[in-house]
Amino acid sequence: MPTLDSRIPSGPLAEKWTKRKADLKLVNPANKRKYTIIVVGTGLAGASAASSFGELGYNVLNFCFQDTPRRAHSIAAQGGINAAKSYQNDGDSVWRLFYDTIKGGDFRAREANVYRLAEVSNNIIDQATAQGVPFAREYGGTLANRSFGGALVSRTFYARGQTGQQLLIGAYQSLMRQVELGKVKMFPRTEMLDLVVIDGRARGIVTRDLVTGKVQSYIADAVVLATGGYGNVYYLSTNAKGSNATAIWRAHRKGAFFANPCYTQIHPTCIPRAGDYQSKLTLMSESLRNDGRIWVPKKAGDKRSPDQIPEAERDYYLERKYPTYGNLAPRDISSRAAKQACDAGLGVGPGGLGVYLDFSDSIKRLGAKAIGERYGNLFDMYERITGENPYQVPMRIYPAVHYTMGGLWVDYDLMSNLPGLFVLGEANFSDHGANRLGASALMQGLADGYFVIPYTIGDYLARGIPKADVSHAEFKKAEADVASREKKLLSINGKHSVDWFHKKLGEIMWENVGMARTKESLEKALKEIPALREQFWRDVKVPGTEGEFNQELEKAGRVADFLELGELLSWDALQRNESCGGHFRSEYQTEDGEAQRNDAEYTYAAAWEWTGENKPWTLNKEPLVFENIHLQTRSYK
Amino acid sequence: MRLTLEIWRQKGAEDAGRLVRYEHDEVSEHMSFLEMLDVLNQKLIAKGEEPIAFDSDCREGICGMCGFVVNGYPHGPQPLTTVCQLHMRHFHDGEVLRLEPFRAKAFPIIKDLAIDRSALDRIIMAGGYVSINAGGPRDANSILVGKKESDLSMDAAACIGCGACVAACPNASASLFTGGKISHLGLLPQGEPERKQRALNMVERHNEEGFGGCTVIGACAEACPKGLKLDFIARMNKDYLAGTLTYRDAAAAGGTG
Repeated sequence: MPTLDSRIPSGPLAEKWTKRKADLKLVNPANKRKYTIIVVGTGLAGASAASSFGELGYNVLNFCFQDTPRRAHSIAAQGGINAAKSYQNDGDSVWRLFYDTIKGGDFRAREANVYRLAEVSNNIIDQATAQGVPFAREYGGTLANRSFGGALVSRTFYARGQTGQQLLIGAYQSLMRQVELGKVKMFPRTEMLDLVVIDGRARGIVTRDLVTGKVQSYIADAVVLATGGYGNVYYLSTNAKGSNATAIWRAHRKGAFFANPCYTQIHPTCIPRAGDYQSKLTLMSESLRNDGRIWVPKKAGDKRSPDQIPEAERDYYLERKYPTYGNLAPRDISSRAAKQACDAGLGVGPGGLGVYLDFSDSIKRLGAKAIGERYGNLFDMYERITGENPYQVPMRIYPAVHYTMGGLWVDYDLMSNLPGLFVLGEANFSDHGANRLGASALMQGLADGYFVIPYTIGDYLARGIPKADVSHAEFKKAEADVASREKKLLSINGKHSVDWFHKKLGEIMWENVGMARTKESLEKALKEIPALREQFWRDVKVPGTEGEFNQELEKAGRVADFLELGELLSWDALQRNESCGGHFRSEYQTEDGEAQRNDAEYTYAAAWEWTGENKPWTLNKEPLVFENIHLQTRSYK
Repeated sequence: MRLTLEIWRQKGAEDAGRLVRYEHDEVSEHMSFLEMLDVLNQKLIAKGEEPIAFDSDCREGICGMCGFVVNGYPHGPQPLTTVCQLHMRHFHDGEVLRLEPFRAKAFPIIKDLAIDRSALDRIIMAGGYVSINAGGPRDANSILVGKKESDLSMDAAACIGCGACVAACPNASASLFTGGKISHLGLLPQGEPERKQRALNMVERHNEEGFGGCTVIGACAEACPKGLKLDFIARMNKDYLAGTLTYRDAAAAGGTG
């Protein structure tokens, strides 16, 4: 069995990153232009990494499936980005951000990685500001902050309700500068369909040009995947329609370990589903919980309109259960509380799958104008989708799949177990444990891309990369595999569309591997997913040909991969006989319904190894060692 | 409800293209416009016909990937709304809707309603950034920005790069897009050192890409789903003019007007 060496530097926690930076080998500035790096993905992690590599002098090939790098799904992040600046003088520090993140992750993340994340968080705000990211400001000209879930300090920086957009545009602009300078070559509308491994090292990728259908290989000295999460395995999620797991899944099949796939985040505040035709779910930012109060009627089946329900007959259940954090309890806890309320028949709106998020108290206190300044674009979006005005009636919200904490296993240097394959941002597993706190995804993506990988990749390259070229048999084989898979998908000509299969998979996942999981539900999923996969390869209908712009073919390849990933996710959830963060096994809960961890047996990262088609995965374990903090039961009461 | 759709079908760049009529009787008022097309596509696939190609990604109105013309309006008739956020409750039973791609010389058609907007990226490449590398910036609060300037900069930065402004403009000008970026950066102290050169370079690239000049008609601002205002074009022209006075040689090509 391969060993999982996390390569965490020795020494005190606060000095580990400094020590690693001092020990890393460097590439001579004049030699950097002799190296080529492939970056797949152009979100916060991918764009910041690609532009940083270009600035350092490396040659960069950067790929994305969208029509321009500026579309990557980081753009949809609304609320903000955390940093330990302590501009509010409210007692924040690197240690506190580290501690909140570890605790928020329910003690299932690596101490050293999370500490580094907190450490570089301040550089990100400086960097983004210098780029011209228009963060919200106070009248005196300084940066403004707001609060987010799981923290008792105000450390979240924001640009209205579109912080992800502004940070991504900042990174995109830096990337475009490098494209103009010729250091980065950009390949939009190009999808990675396989990873090429030569003599144990990641050496390149095989792609499909989504406009012409041309299959082509690209070689490099290192491959960086920054391709986001796999939430669309549930079909309905807050992810973009195109968000997919194909890049990391293809790398997994080539030997990269997949860690903690069962850690999925269900976000508590999304607009409820309206019908079968629903194509995606829309998030309403967690920042709304700064000024919105969550409640349900106390009486089951209360059909009165919300303004007719008197104060005494409302249950502000988060404030009641968690008086300290109240409406800002972490996401996993808030989502489960909403589900419990709806399961008890207290839900509101069609089908009883919703709870109120009510701004009337804040509007009374601060005025509609102040609330509009803070959340105007979110209120407008809510009204566009639902036809209801949240200034007048409470929003109806319900939990939805939002983020995946699991991903490809990486060491402290963000390198997977395959030498030369680096994984950044949501695509890796490293920083959020079993639950991610709000405003930490943007922080991690940019930390990885601007301030970690530019250092660590040099160490790998400086140790020497053997010569190879795209005529190598491994490239030819991967190209042939990609082409034959496309031909097969197109030749089945069965009865059901790709979307039909994707929706079926989503139903299985949401019902059995969703917010609450049991041994029985997981075993059921493990029967149904392979059966659906078998049916897919026998009965899917993909129109058109491979040599053209063919959106159904694109989706077919992605859904085929989700049909494998969904199974692994279920296996991981089944082996983890505890509840932690976003992974809630109903068998393991405290008397008042909180997640019950089992630290004695499960304080490890589960790193799954692919062993072949329709064969069981091998489970490798990386023990999580806590030297600086005591494991304790999370309490937000 | 029931709709008649006349949709532009074009196999590829070389194909002439034509409007094709579809009767759609499975439309719910709660659907988004793109979900309405998803359902139509499922019906086409079931019948063995080719589905309609159109771009979309986030479906939350922020990524800017979706966009086509509905009855002459880019993103449809609802103000401040991308077509992915447009809901069918704004239409009525029996309505006839004509769907066409955003048309401009600088936006070649890829297939049906999907177009190539990479010309917009190339305008940004010409100077839509602050020329700094990662690493070593000073503390963020050492750069003070007045709330008013900061808010106005954010208004300009809200552009999603969808290209609706170009589709709405009789001259197919991308001045609102270009002016938005020039204003976003030009309003901030961080963007000040390159303000004039940036305007020169971006305007020049805009013209090279085949976008038309601005004659201040204002259709772009009407169509913009993010509410960018014509003032940003005025700011672009002001910075461009300042640039021509400072860097005469580079300005030989003239502005967008």
